[in-house]
Amino acid sequence: MSGNMNLTLKVWRQKSQNAQGAFETYEAKNISPDMSFLEMMDVVNEDLIKAGKEPIAFDHDCREGICGMCSMYINGRAHGPLKGVTTCQLHMRSFSSGETITIEPWRATAFPVLRDLVVDRTAFERIQQAGGYVSVNTGSVPDANAIPISKENADEAFLSAACIGCGACVAACKNSSAMLFVSAKVSQYALLPQGNVERKERVLKMVSQMDQEGFGNCSNTEACEAECPKEIKVTNIARMNREFLRAKLFS
Amino acid sequence: MTLNSKAPSGPLAEKWNNHKFNLKLVNPANKRKYDIIIVGTGLAGASAAASLAELGYNVKTFCVQDSPRRAHSIAAQGGINAAKNYRNDGDSVYRLFYDTLKGGDYRAREANVYRLAQVSVNIIDQCVAQGVPFAREYGGLLDNRSFGGAQVSRTFYAKGQTGQQLLLGAYSAMNRQIATGKIQSYTRHEMLDVVMVDGKARGIIARDLVTGQIERHSAHAVVLCTGGYGNVFYLTTYARGSNVTAIWRAHKKGAYFGNPCFTQIHPTCIPVSGDHQSKLTLMSESLRNDGRIWVPLKKGDNRKPEDIPEAERDYYLERIYPSFGNLVPRDIASRKAKEMCDQGRGVGASGLAVYLDFSDAINRLGESTVASRYGNLFDMYKQITGENPYKTPMRIYPAVHYTMGGLWVDYNLMTTIPGLYACGEANFSDHGANRLGASALMQGLADGYFVLPYTIGDYLAGEERKEVSIDSPEFVAAEKNVKDQLQKLLSINGNKTVHEFQRELGLIMWNHCGMARNENGLKEGIEKIKALRAEFWKNIKVPGVGEELNQNLERAGRVADFLELGELMMQDALQRNESCGGHFREEYQTPEGEALRDDDNYAYVAAWEYKGENQPSEMHKEALEYEFIKRSQRSYK
Repeated sequence: MSGNMNLTLKVWRQKSQNAQGAFETYEAKNISPDMSFLEMMDVVNEDLIKAGKEPIAFDHDCREGICGMCSMYINGRAHGPLKGVTTCQLHMRSFSSGETITIEPWRATAFPVLRDLVVDRTAFERIQQAGGYVSVNTGSVPDANAIPISKENADEAFLSAACIGCGACVAACKNSSAMLFVSAKVSQYALLPQGNVERKERVLKMVSQMDQEGFGNCSNTEACEAECPKEIKVTNIARMNREFLRAKLFS
Repeated sequence: MTLNSKAPSGPLAEKWNNHKFNLKLVNPANKRKYDIIIVGTGLAGASAAASLAELGYNVKTFCVQDSPRRAHSIAAQGGINAAKNYRNDGDSVYRLFYDTLKGGDYRAREANVYRLAQVSVNIIDQCVAQGVPFAREYGGLLDNRSFGGAQVSRTFYAKGQTGQQLLLGAYSAMNRQIATGKIQSYTRHEMLDVVMVDGKARGIIARDLVTGQIERHSAHAVVLCTGGYGNVFYLTTYARGSNVTAIWRAHKKGAYFGNPCFTQIHPTCIPVSGDHQSKLTLMSESLRNDGRIWVPLKKGDNRKPEDIPEAERDYYLERIYPSFGNLVPRDIASRKAKEMCDQGRGVGASGLAVYLDFSDAINRLGESTVASRYGNLFDMYKQITGENPYKTPMRIYPAVHYTMGGLWVDYNLMTTIPGLYACGEANFSDHGANRLGASALMQGLADGYFVLPYTIGDYLAGEERKEVSIDSPEFVAAEKNVKDQLQKLLSINGNKTVHEFQRELGLIMWNHCGMARNENGLKEGIEKIKALRAEFWKNIKVPGVGEELNQNLERAGRVADFLELGELMMQDALQRNESCGGHFREEYQTPEGEALRDDDNYAYVAAWEYKGENQPSEMHKEALEYEFIKRSQRSYK
């Protein structure tokens, strides 16, 4: 087929969490520009298996940009060169034939590599468990329309809630800060009346857990926003800082 | 074994209330003495886990992803139905019940569907209280949209990401219980078998997907919420990891499989672009609210869509079904798209697509309103196809999207194995032969929040309150079987990859058991699957070892199960000599090409019993009796 591409891949290979990792070079031949990045990886893996070698481990699931499972650091950028796009939705037409592509896992102390491009993101889980919820039991709730919410706030809460928890913000940050991720959840609830009752405890607990996990501080570089596939805004971080200060001052 | 649906008697509207009253209860102080395992953490699993933990049970959850939040419910786009009647447009519990039963072509259990419609209203309340940011109007109240198969607006939504927001709501409720210690969450774990002790489900064998360790977990009840099995077709809208393994292995332990051939083909997906493709992407059915579907009147009309004048376009759904138009149910919309393409009027390079055109909506509402309703979907389309749907019509084609079939369950959601439950898409329950849009989210959350928490107590109340040992011979034997199978997969070292087998199987399924089926095709398909399965066990190549993160080994086990399931689906399609909903047998159609049901002979649920390796499965029937609804031929004209 005409118009197909040949690429050189430099891929991070690491057998397990405690093993030494290194880059290895592979050729990806006859790649269609209509393939997604992960489909290109599938092709490379098929070739590796056929050649009796170990395929490259990488996380992926929905392949439609919403589950947050895929996580590659491509040519020095989280989820590759396009703005507002996850790796699974990145297509090979964004690259040119003959190019060398460097593929790494997320790099952060709080995200240890499990194998090749697969990292452990359970630190995110523990932050959510610390306070990312409204404490209501099933069944004990009022009618849905008994809680009117201004469209403006509801829409803004939605934009914060659209975070997919992929970890690109951490990978993109020079300090490996998780502020964008945490602030998105804090903001969602801060904007809604349902979140009001536990507002103070929530922000304090989530921030404290974030610090314990070993994520770095925010130094306002805003790389997180630039690389976020869901375009979560750094204004969330400002809101979280206000929430945090308020909780500290009035607790 | 005779199937007892346990559907309660009495007036329709009272059935669930009466049943709840008659269920046995577990005293609050005793609940902490019972352990429950939940496999799968999508809408059904996460909502069940949170609700059961709130009640005081000890819950263990298992998911294959690195977080419960990544289950494929997250990808549901359009919305969730509920009979709130907030629009004052004549909706009611009864109407939602009726629409769902009719939409399912009268192949669902009446009492279940009524209960689903009843609890639908509680779901919305629950989700709003959790802080799910549904779309709202300027007055601050909830907005609605309409969906296929209904003439009222009862669908609640959060842009095109409703599944994501509902799942994150259920996930947050789960997280709260994980923090209290009532839920232990096992991520990157795959269930590989159900353990039966004295004829009851007493635990599972799971593989830690990072270390490869095989683990035993015991409980007083096991709940499977592992979703659908559409990936047997390979190219689908499912997540790549979606699989049948949990419910298939339960099936092999004695859980009957209900209506396996009932598959939903979703009409609005982005068409296939080439052989490399690994999945198909859905464009939410909500697009049919404002988009108009058409093909050129003439065969082989290669002009650009903009250049085809209005008079030379065929808005075929509006023409054939004037009252429902573009909002006919999914099975009908899919079949008609296929018909148009079969007539040579398909569009795009492959000829396997129809147009979904927004130019009228953009003229009527303005681009910004259309963007606010569907912006993320339009962006996704553009990203995948490289075309701008604001300027040129989308091209769409049907793709496998959902399986109505699943483990047979009674009214309490219990399978034919005592103590083993199935919720959400993993069971066969409420959608009959075709699911209406925005009803999957409703059913998953209904099962998890509002049905299972009541019904599971009825079983547990009769169980001894002592810990189930993981050292019994049954656990030892189940673990050994799992290890042996993994070893076998690793040791064959043949020439074909898992990927190759899965693609081949998918093609057989699509060609022989897809949108249209017939006797000869199905018989041929069964032979092909048998041959492919035999080849698999001789020629599969799985690299690596078991005691490590090994994604090919995971997939090999799943494809092995798909290779057995596929045959059962074809057998089921073969025995059902009628057309209903998503099951279209070419031999059984009306002169206008609509599905021709045979209520006299096929108004039953086919529940299949596993009889051993390479043995024919045995079919049992649960007759579907309609006390309150008169069955009619579905008409959307």
